[in-house]
Amino acid sequence: MKNAGKVVIGVVIGFVIFFGFPFYYNIGKANVAPKLKYDTPAILQYEKQYGKKECVESKAFMSAEHMQLLNQWRDAVVRSGDRIYVNSRGESFHMSLQNTCLNCHSNKKEFCDKCHNYLAVNPYCFSCHIVPKEKQS
Amino acid sequence: MSINRRQFLRLAGVSTVLGVGGASVLSALTGKGEAVSQTTPHFTTDPRAITGKRWGFAIDVRKLKTDEDYQKCISACHDIHNVPDFGNPKDAVKWIWKDTYEHTFPTVTEDEIMNKELKEKPFILFCNHCAQPACVRVCPTKATYKRKDGIVMQDMHRCIGCRFCMAACPFGARSFNYRDPRGKDANGRPFIRKENKEFPTRMIGVVEKCTLCYERLAVGLLPACAEASNGAIVFGDLEDPNSEVRKVIDANYTIRRKPELGTQPSLYYVIGGRE
Repeated sequence: MKNAGKVVIGVVIGFVIFFGFPFYYNIGKANVAPKLKYDTPAILQYEKQYGKKECVESKAFMSAEHMQLLNQWRDAVVRSGDRIYVNSRGESFHMSLQNTCLNCHSNKKEFCDKCHNYLAVNPYCFSCHIVPKEKQS
Repeated sequence: MSINRRQFLRLAGVSTVLGVGGASVLSALTGKGEAVSQTTPHFTTDPRAITGKRWGFAIDVRKLKTDEDYQKCISACHDIHNVPDFGNPKDAVKWIWKDTYEHTFPTVTEDEIMNKELKEKPFILFCNHCAQPACVRVCPTKATYKRKDGIVMQDMHRCIGCRFCMAACPFGARSFNYRDPRGKDANGRPFIRKENKEFPTRMIGVVEKCTLCYERLAVGLLPACAEASNGAIVFGDLEDPNSEVRKVIDANYTIRRKPELGTQPSLYYVIGGRE
């Protein structure tokens, strides 16, 4: 066959373009980490009062370890009956997903869900714990 | 160039001290390290919490005069705990309810000339928080367990919905969520009429029951039914001889449900004695 080499090269190029499409089409898109919003009324109010935004622990700790922390909170509250969390800064918090966490983070869709969807994890906290009305400023 | 034993030991000692304690010593000296200002995170009890050794109730149904009085106790509980009303007795979820004398004390020998008022009065029932709870013995996941203060607690996180506890409980104090409590009936009415946003709901497939208002005790409030009962339901520590509940039990004749089963229920029904 004449031009066999060129045909093969053409097929290979076509293959790469066609099957590689999803990859280069999504470059810089699907993988962009979600930007979480920290602009709920409660958080802004806290910032106004204390001059900074901070959670019960540092942001790095919370984003990496909040699931373990929540599990410990759950066991402490439900099984040991301890309801106060004293954090590493020595401040006390009432341990409650519904009444403490979601009081500040009253934007589940822009906060919890965004990251959970991105990572394709599906925690079932909210099949029982009631999500407060979404508040966005 | 070789080193002798003395030099070797000195070097080893110095490097060990630096390696193990170096970082914290350095940060302590410079005052920049986190180790200095940090407290170890820990859990404590709310100082407002009411504590006891074995919570119990003395219930005087003679003080519940009208149907409204009963309903007040029931809705006080069911409203704050988001207990669904499925509108069907087969699926009913109940934490506190009322029933006839015969159903409440089925094993008490029938007496045809007993006090008519007592015999015809409905009794108010909820979990007996037994000292020897049968439900706790059968639970395969320890979802239901006995707390230090005597509460037979239900951890909805751990319940797998096997319903062993429902079979074990001689008092019918446990209900299964056969349907999604957050759902709606055919007419579009939600099963939980008005959600209490401070308390969770449950999900389909878990067992629930009276938790003796553990969330209220933890912040220093009395159980909701006792608060709404206008003195008919007296709450207190059964192991404290000076508690109000013990005084009521001491001064009156009380009976318990199915005491012969040996579960040691903590609900005492006042049926006679001083008013």
